[in-house]
Amino acid sequence: MTDIDTRTPALEVRDLSVVYPASGGRGPARAVDGVNLSVGQGEIVALIGESGCGKSTLARALVGLVKPTGGQVLYQDTPLDYSAIALKQYRRHTQLVLQDPGGALNPKQNVYDAVALGPRLHGLTDRLPETVRNALAQAGLRPPEDFFGRYPHELSGGQQQRVVIAGALALNPSVIVADEPVASLDASVRGEILKLMLRLRDDLGLSALVVSHDLGLAWNIADRVAVMYLGRIVEQGTVEEVLLRPQHPYTQALLSVIPSGAEDWRPTLLTGEPPDPTAIPAGCRFHPRCGRWAAASADERAASGCDRRELPVLAPDASAAACHLLSPTALETA
Amino acid sequence: MTTDTVKNEPLATEDAETASALLDVRDLHVSYRQGGRTVPAVRGVSFSLAPGDTLGIAGESGCGKSTMALGLLRLHGAKAQVSGEVLFRGEDLLTTTWSRLRAVRWAGASVVFQGAMSALNPVRTVLEQIVEPIVLHDKVSAKEAERRAAELLDSVGIPSRRMRSYPHEFSGGQRQRVMIAMALACRPDLIIADEPTTALDVMVQAQILELLAELVRESRIAVIMITHDLSLLAHTCDRLAVMYAGRIVELGPSRQVLDSPKHPYTRALSRAFPTIGDPASRLAPAGLAGDPPRPSEVGDGCAFAARCSEVTEACRTGEMLLWPAGPGRSAACLRVRPDHGGTS
Repeated sequence: MTDIDTRTPALEVRDLSVVYPASGGRGPARAVDGVNLSVGQGEIVALIGESGCGKSTLARALVGLVKPTGGQVLYQDTPLDYSAIALKQYRRHTQLVLQDPGGALNPKQNVYDAVALGPRLHGLTDRLPETVRNALAQAGLRPPEDFFGRYPHELSGGQQQRVVIAGALALNPSVIVADEPVASLDASVRGEILKLMLRLRDDLGLSALVVSHDLGLAWNIADRVAVMYLGRIVEQGTVEEVLLRPQHPYTQALLSVIPSGAEDWRPTLLTGEPPDPTAIPAGCRFHPRCGRWAAASADERAASGCDRRELPVLAPDASAAACHLLSPTALETA
Repeated sequence: MTTDTVKNEPLATEDAETASALLDVRDLHVSYRQGGRTVPAVRGVSFSLAPGDTLGIAGESGCGKSTMALGLLRLHGAKAQVSGEVLFRGEDLLTTTWSRLRAVRWAGASVVFQGAMSALNPVRTVLEQIVEPIVLHDKVSAKEAERRAAELLDSVGIPSRRMRSYPHEFSGGQRQRVMIAMALACRPDLIIADEPTTALDVMVQAQILELLAELVRESRIAVIMITHDLSLLAHTCDRLAVMYAGRIVELGPSRQVLDSPKHPYTRALSRAFPTIGDPASRLAPAGLAGDPPRPSEVGDGCAFAARCSEVTEACRTGEMLLWPAGPGRSAACLRVRPDHGGTS
């Protein structure tokens, strides 16, 4: 892990926000609402959250598919340029891998054409067969030639996801942004694809941001974890820090609902449905579902100010949690 | 536990236990016709369930677990051939008349399907959809049915003010709650839940499972729960059956199956879900290379042999049966035989 360089991040976002305009009688949705995050060279960062927390929007903003309403995306310290030519260039370096490989692949396109799509779009056709062969081999489809003429329906789910990953690798990117790369795969295949992602990091020095709802995935492959709730990162740090010594009540609740081996497993169930980005609560955005807030006395509530005091946005590579009840003053009064 | 022991042994001879079973499945086969060929999806599954029992069925996509579950209530299309016996309260559902079967569906055994959005009717309110089976099966007035439906929706946490809403107006978790309320509508003795929480967030998933567990505790409804997530089943079901290539390869009390699997496939499956904090899985995801055989390609010997790390020559030819593998447990692996003397 010593070769991870976090000082010059491969990819970084600063104070990023993405607001979708109001529609259907609802107000504007603040999907990403102030996020600092960095992915170091050769580092794997897991971005964890429930559906609707803004994690997929953040992933799309990172690869330039969504233009931020505020803040910046920086690739190797250079802010992203949203002109068509610059974006196309950028996407050679940062590739997006999506959840459902069946949907990401064109059913009428064979494996060779699917993997060659990227290089062709970028005019990199000089030694195309070799590029495709290498990409397939790197993605674990061997011998690659056997797969050239096959169509998506002739492949298993795991093989399809490998083809999607090969398609990303064919452009020789330095960063992969993967949105739930194993969520639609079977348990045994999941492990194989995660192994592949670790190997790509080790062999090719790839950096990756992996978006998932699965904390076990973070334990399996990530160096750092960021936990997102309603458009903000509420806790981040190394995997060991966040998963073994979680500070934020939301992280603690997420960890508690994973079925564990313990007989006395008692999940902390958060009541209510995942919250609504068109109506973000004032103060700490988690406080309406927070067990600690619910259990606090009137005096503690008044002192903490969870329901009225805004929390600061966490620094990009800090090990920290955004919770009023963790600040020294709050701890004293508690 | 001691009575369970007998019941769990698929090779045990018929006895008083099976007579008192709510559901007794014997040698169930389901095949599909595909382009002139017969493709076996379920290849001889046997198990039994007493009232109030909870059985988890785990396995990867294509292993036949959903096909098996649908086969219990003959919910397949005309292309499927089903054979064997499915004795529900002693009545064979595979040979009974369609009208009897219709009576059993809902009132005897009901299904919670995965993907509530496609299982619910989008143009009718959730209340109407729950009222309908109650009126049809229990022959009560619309008013009485509505009262019961409202009570059910309330018990799964859908407030009465939302009962006249349409499925699209609910979140995924709420829709799954509606599905559960609907499955309970005619007070069945058995619920078959096919991946009831697959598309849901972890937090909502935990809520739904807690709800199901509570309902089962209160009413002693038996549950067959199907999912690919082994760790989830261990907490919601007393017993666990692991399926591979159309057959049960391991069966036993959930905790034991998960903690000390007897079949190499179960072992691989349980390792695929890491325990956070376990140094062995840190930066070391565990998977299983290769793919399960296609139903049309299953041949002689153990279907798992091609992916098994402990394979021997005998595995490729011998017939695999569910051999006893300790109290209340059985496994279809040659390796369990010497230890237990073998009974086949």
